[in-house]
Amino acid sequence: MIPSRYVREIPQRYRLEGGKCLKCGHINFPSRLICPECKSKEFEKTVLQDEGKLLTYTIIRVAAEKFSQETPFAVGIVELNDGVRVTCQIADAEEGDIQIGQRIKLVFRKIQEDGKAGILCYGYKGVIVG
Amino acid sequence: MIGIVGYGAYLPRYRIKVDEIARQWGYDPDSVKKGLVLHEKTVPGLDEDTITISVEASKKALRRAQIDPKEIGAVYVGSESHPYAVKPTATIVIDALDIGPNVHVASYEFACKAGTEAMYNAYALVKADEMKYAMGIGADTSQGAPGDALEFAASAGGAAFIMGKEKVVAEILYTNSYTSDTPDFWRREGEYYPRHGGRFTGEPAYFKHILGAGMALLEKSKMKPEDFKYAVFHMPNGKFPQTAGRKLGFTKEQLEAGWIAPWMGNTYSGSSPMGLTAILDVAEPGELIFMVSFGSGAGSDGFIFRVTEEITNVRDRAEKLRTMLDNNKKYLTYGEYAKYRRKIIINE
Ligand SMILES: [Zn+2]
Repeated sequence: MIPSRYVREIPQRYRLEGGKCLKCGHINFPSRLICPECKSKEFEKTVLQDEGKLLTYTIIRVAAEKFSQETPFAVGIVELNDGVRVTCQIADAEEGDIQIGQRIKLVFRKIQEDGKAGILCYGYKGVIVG
Repeated sequence: MIGIVGYGAYLPRYRIKVDEIARQWGYDPDSVKKGLVLHEKTVPGLDEDTITISVEASKKALRRAQIDPKEIGAVYVGSESHPYAVKPTATIVIDALDIGPNVHVASYEFACKAGTEAMYNAYALVKADEMKYAMGIGADTSQGAPGDALEFAASAGGAAFIMGKEKVVAEILYTNSYTSDTPDFWRREGEYYPRHGGRFTGEPAYFKHILGAGMALLEKSKMKPEDFKYAVFHMPNGKFPQTAGRKLGFTKEQLEAGWIAPWMGNTYSGSSPMGLTAILDVAEPGELIFMVSFGSGAGSDGFIFRVTEEITNVRDRAEKLRTMLDNNKKYLTYGEYAKYRRKIIINE
């Protein structure tokens, strides 16, 4: 990942910052320039809840080269307590551990490495609340 | 009053048993377990490193302190496994926690005592009135060379401490550091695994510095071992801290609460700091804590803490160390461990 794009995405990837529409209250994550609900252009910063429940998931068995050491791994859609849905990897879990409806907490993990010498990319992943 | 206003620890859920490592290399598991007083150790996931551990431990410290992250004026991370050779670990930690950008950060290295160095400097800056709050973190994902004695203990975890002046949970009463040129354990630039002096790491290194710092601290404070409810020393294995404690005049009971190495291994810069969090998880107001770290090379940092009434308000705001250590474990085979620790050569 090129460093300039990485830096631009830090607010959402590190801190779950989204934009709450000042007109209709819709939370956009990541934040947008125009609200898809009401076309308003005014937002305030909001930080998403870091807990929610697993809506659905899939197991990745053949991954892109960068993630080939991690297979098989799960990618799920988590509905956070504030209603916002995020797609993320479910970490520390094997296929048998995961069930739809489980409580999930978002944690800070390494997402990928740019080869042996490039930057390290961090962000959120879900873990099952034990 | 100056001291800890928030604390937190983190350790990964993966474990490997000493038996599994011993079998791999043809050691007798029982004699290794008995010799080191060690049962198992933590192993980081493929997506965990000193940065992610620091962030998770710091989140808990912030949850306990309940302060505005923007008021933290410095973040120091001590580790011997910083993921970047050039780029401080705390640059990522502060952005993950919404601290800064008006913040001073640095990476510290001093083998296993880099964490207490970070704590010491965070404390000193608050004491000097340079800032309202400062955070010191000790975290590591250390590696021993395959088959080396270090491999049985080298593990992963970390602890974070926010120092401040208001709502202090553990006041820092005294400190003392003790340092000398002692090449007991080192890693040259560009080498992957560290080297050590075998038996030389015991008496002239670990014990000399822990006892040196410990005795000077007792002298400085005019306190006696029996004045303390708790004591915690660096834990390269389960055995060394017990011996060091006994030599200084502390009992097994005083060490018990912070003695986590038998089930956690040696988390290097996180070791005695994580032991301290386990003590804070159970300590009562007014009780005194004696702490001495050790880092090869070599040196020790000593602290005397007095727990305040505030502890009863903050400790339940985040997960306690023993809860993490005793629950949700996932055991790995040596093969899985070797993959997780990237000990296997693969084609790029
Ligand atoms: Zn809108």
